[in-house]
Amino acid sequence: MNSLKKILGFCWIALGLYIGYDRIVDSLHKIASPQLDDRIFGWVVLLVLTPIIVAGLVLFGYYSLKGEYDEQTN
Amino acid sequence: MPETLAPASVTSPRTLRSVIAASSVGTLIEWYDFYIFGSLSAIISTQFFPKDNPTAALLSALAVFAAGFIVRPFGALVFGRLGDIVGRKYTFMVTLLLMGGSTFLIGLIPGYESWGMLSPLLVLLLRLIQGLALGGEYGGAATYVAEYAPPERRGYFTSWIQTTATLGLFLSLAVIVATRKILGVEDFESWGWRIPFLVSIVLVGTSVFIRLKMNESPVFSKLKTEGKVSKNPLAESFGKRENLKMVLLALLGATAGQGVVWYTGQFYALSFIQKVGHVDFEQSSEIVAIALALATGGFVLFGWLSDRWGRKVIILGGMALAVLTYRPLYQQMYALTDVSTKTEVSTQTSIQNQSTTQVTSYTDGSQVQKISVNNSQGTEVKYVLSLGNTGYWTMVLLIWIQVLYVTMVYGPIAAFLVEMFPTRIRYTSMSLPYHIGNGIFGGLTPFLAVALVEKATANQESQPYLAGLWYPILVAAICFIIGFIYLSSRNRIHE
Repeated sequence: MNSLKKILGFCWIALGLYIGYDRIVDSLHKIASPQLDDRIFGWVVLLVLTPIIVAGLVLFGYYSLKGEYDEQTN
Repeated sequence: MPETLAPASVTSPRTLRSVIAASSVGTLIEWYDFYIFGSLSAIISTQFFPKDNPTAALLSALAVFAAGFIVRPFGALVFGRLGDIVGRKYTFMVTLLLMGGSTFLIGLIPGYESWGMLSPLLVLLLRLIQGLALGGEYGGAATYVAEYAPPERRGYFTSWIQTTATLGLFLSLAVIVATRKILGVEDFESWGWRIPFLVSIVLVGTSVFIRLKMNESPVFSKLKTEGKVSKNPLAESFGKRENLKMVLLALLGATAGQGVVWYTGQFYALSFIQKVGHVDFEQSSEIVAIALALATGGFVLFGWLSDRWGRKVIILGGMALAVLTYRPLYQQMYALTDVSTKTEVSTQTSIQNQSTTQVTSYTDGSQVQKISVNNSQGTEVKYVLSLGNTGYWTMVLLIWIQVLYVTMVYGPIAAFLVEMFPTRIRYTSMSLPYHIGNGIFGGLTPFLAVALVEKATANQESQPYLAGLWYPILVAAICFIIGFIYLSSRNRIHE
């Protein structure tokens, strides 16, 4: 299980970066919208949701990779 | 992280019941206060945020997004810190007063027509205070009850706190529907919408009175007596790797998935039947209120079961069921409202001034009103569907199933979070992942779902109305995988 967690660490980092890219592209479309609600929604996704997902998954993946969660199953 | 067993609690059953009642009633009122703004947002917009004024419209959108999602985690940080330094009881008294006071004041503020831009600015400010207060309340109430409860029954006792979010929504819907029925739609939309806000002050007063009689949590009091209270809970919670990794695990392995399941079952379901199914406002509110009432016992049941089977299996079980069944459930909900597959019985048309109403009845007892209104911009067409008896109760069942998933993921979560963190930083550490999971991952569910539906419709995908489910399904699926692999199966009893 500990080896699996280390391998998954890479996956979480990659997933975090991919979601970050996808959300940035999508929210930039929203920000360019003529609708006010869409623009605010785009900013919320860009400035609030995306950083939390990216930072959360990348840091979680890094800790997983470093074996920080190994003791969970012991 | 080492696990230690807590000493057996010496709290008497009577004290425990009082603690649960005092905490739950206050938290219920906080949720009620928070939801009535959301439930009445359409009326509030017309009163305070006229669409033809761009600044007012901007403030309206900020009131929806900022208070609901962004401010809550800040409230968790501000009041969590206070709760870990000063104490649980004092802190959740402050949050209750802030929430009740701001709700009451929203009910008093004159509309945009009387006070101009001052009205929407004040409403936004009060809504932000509501968000902050909610961010601080839950962690305090959950921690307070958990620290009184015997460790082996912590899931059961904290599950009463977990019922409050659903009961708060139920209460807000019930008060709104009752006030609307008593006053009539016209009076309600003109001034009667203020009543649910004003009623809050009575509820808060009662709750403050009850809470004043309570003592500080015994675990925290002991810590304070021993001089072991944290001097900087924020730095200790998020600056130390060994605790930060647990905060991340709590968020990505539990609360994010729990948040999306919660918002899908209780809010997106309502939005779906109203906007996609065009089900009548009162009927759809009734359907959701009945489903909520019937499923609420599930919080206590699953909280109790989590003491026996472990928190992990129940929380992840709820997520797995949601991931696997959301699409078939919503397909069924759509089918119940799809009149193209129903057999017509009769059609009646009536014309009044600028509007034409066509009422079509179907063999299953459902009725559709097609209301066409001629105005300066052309003809505006609105559909309102009333479900027949069978459709009505089938819809209740489909939403009840979703709320049952909510009770699985949410019932044991307070005990789960409390047990992840040590007493000295518990309020701060558990509040942040909870409010990011619920407020941000969960709170954005209806908006992201609508955006996905719009995208699928524009791309002419088949079944575009189901596209909105991809967000909760993916978040819950990732959370399930992380929780399954990384979370311990044993209840972590960490004092």
